[in-house]
Amino acid sequence: MKRGPENLGGQPRANGCSFSKHGAGGGLKNGYVRGSAGADTHSQIHRIVHNGGLYKRPFNEAFEETPMLVAVLTYVGYGVLTLFGYLRDFLRYWKIEKCHHATDREEQLDFVPLYQDFENFYTRNLYMRIRDSWNRPICSVPGARVDMMERVSHDYNWTFKYTGKVIKDVINMGSYNYLGYTQNTGPFSEAASKVLSQYGVGVCSTRQEMGNLDKHEELETLVARFLGVESAMAYGMGFATNSMNIPALVGKGCLILSDELNHASLVLGARLSGATIRIFKHNNMQSLEKLLKDAIVYGQPRTHRPWKKILIVVEGVYSMEGSIVRLPEVIALKKKYKSYLYLDEAHSIGALGPSGRGVVDYFGLNPEDVDVMMGTFTKSFGAAGGYIGGKKELIDYLRVHSHSAVYATSLSPPVVEQIIASIKCIMGEDGTTIGKQRIQQLSENTRYFRRRLKEMGFIIYGNEDSPIIPLMLYMPAKIGAFGREMLKRHIAVVVVGFPATPIIESRARFCLSAAHTKEILDIALKELDEVGDLLQIKYSRHRLVPLLDRPFDETTYEETED
Amino acid sequence: MDLKRVKDYIYWLYYQYLLISCSYVLEPWERSMFHMIIITVVAMVMYTAYVFVPIHVRLAFEFFSQMFGSQPESTVLLMN
Repeated sequence: MKRGPENLGGQPRANGCSFSKHGAGGGLKNGYVRGSAGADTHSQIHRIVHNGGLYKRPFNEAFEETPMLVAVLTYVGYGVLTLFGYLRDFLRYWKIEKCHHATDREEQLDFVPLYQDFENFYTRNLYMRIRDSWNRPICSVPGARVDMMERVSHDYNWTFKYTGKVIKDVINMGSYNYLGYTQNTGPFSEAASKVLSQYGVGVCSTRQEMGNLDKHEELETLVARFLGVESAMAYGMGFATNSMNIPALVGKGCLILSDELNHASLVLGARLSGATIRIFKHNNMQSLEKLLKDAIVYGQPRTHRPWKKILIVVEGVYSMEGSIVRLPEVIALKKKYKSYLYLDEAHSIGALGPSGRGVVDYFGLNPEDVDVMMGTFTKSFGAAGGYIGGKKELIDYLRVHSHSAVYATSLSPPVVEQIIASIKCIMGEDGTTIGKQRIQQLSENTRYFRRRLKEMGFIIYGNEDSPIIPLMLYMPAKIGAFGREMLKRHIAVVVVGFPATPIIESRARFCLSAAHTKEILDIALKELDEVGDLLQIKYSRHRLVPLLDRPFDETTYEETED
Repeated sequence: MDLKRVKDYIYWLYYQYLLISCSYVLEPWERSMFHMIIITVVAMVMYTAYVFVPIHVRLAFEFFSQMFGSQPESTVLLMN
């Protein structure tokens, strides 16, 4: 990961804007000023729309405050469940009732206890009671509608039995199928099956050995062209793309600045790398800037040597909050402090931007400004795997040094074909406008669904353009009740509880898709309205939290007056 | 007709109580135990209120009437 200083150093001008250090440069103010004569077309970035004038479009992101009464009742609910959990654990301990959960073995009793921490208590006594809302098996393509297998439990969710019946045509609000490419009929699957008969399912070897097929090369060129970067590399697993490539990029003596809500794969990668990790508050640029400043001023702890590299790790769309990264500000900070940026576009590629090219496209920025563009094929493209895009030197370096490239088997050719076909469709290279229509449909669906939910009075988190829509449930009993009531009404939803969210902020998460038609959304909304009244989860009082993290009178990047 | 609506409303209230107290997810025996505890606590609170509140109210009334009620009379008498 080497980049010449010519982009960032001496003449600090890129993307039509120039940056200077504190106090330096006399006439130039700190931070963000318009580039002079040479500045090209990008200079309309400067239209003052929102904070700092960095945004080309309004950036509306809201996180409504938890109502006090609801918070208190939620804690009371957890209190009741915890008390009963202790009671049940007591009964299990004295063998009054049978313990279904894993326990320490007799002969291991003197060792470190394995099942006594809070997570295990939670799983045993709280999660188990509402487990029927999770891990439901399906038996069809998870498109706009999905077939689910009916199951019952006779021992309060410790075991499940299949009744053999199928719940037909359940509306699917839970799949990461943003552009609706999850299909088992149509041109994509036909192309994939043709490739399957031609190439087989895989070559059982790594990219560095015999696993490198012409299809992979084709895919990588296409991905690079799609992203607008010099070069790209594809991997067989999205999670491993993150967790195996971050260690290849940074190591001891480097600093990783990570958003507090980053996905587990990024966290794992950062920890494996051995670099120092510092966490900044979610999407909070003041917090990030403070960390950057401290890192540069103080250097490494004890020795006070400068950090070898500083890598900012952010996601495009955060899968639990539905928020979009403040990319223009992150890039401005990155340039100002000359660090590197790792952008995980797992949820945003395909789903955001007028041409589906992710969050960079959404903000109308230059892909060159992001050093490492990572993303997955799992979500929008209806396939599997992940990619990394960036400068040619970076990708060449990763081809040699990434564990994913060295040890993991290469992508299966039919999967590659599915990705190629769907990317070509998005780019309009298959001669149709289907891709364009789907992107439009998705953004319409998103706006419509969010607007309607807000009108109904639910508390919705996140950015108004994010296709992930978290609907707050808060109380533990309502998680289970919501999942069950929605399935009763033939709507499949994903509910999210404690380990994935803070304990008080349980939520349901809708993932919209271009495959959803307006009729389907209207049915879903009607049922949601009903369930919302039944469960009393329309908590919203339409009082938005003033974004405390961003003082309105003071911006990090001051702009010059025209 | 009206009776049915009242019945529905009571069911709805009971459902809300189940959801908020989290007894919705408890097993039947736990749920009945929880109800017993809640009923006992509420009954005791009400009984205590029934026994002690009238006494306290009477005492308070006497206290305040002594403070405000009889005082002016005596001062007036003294003035005379």
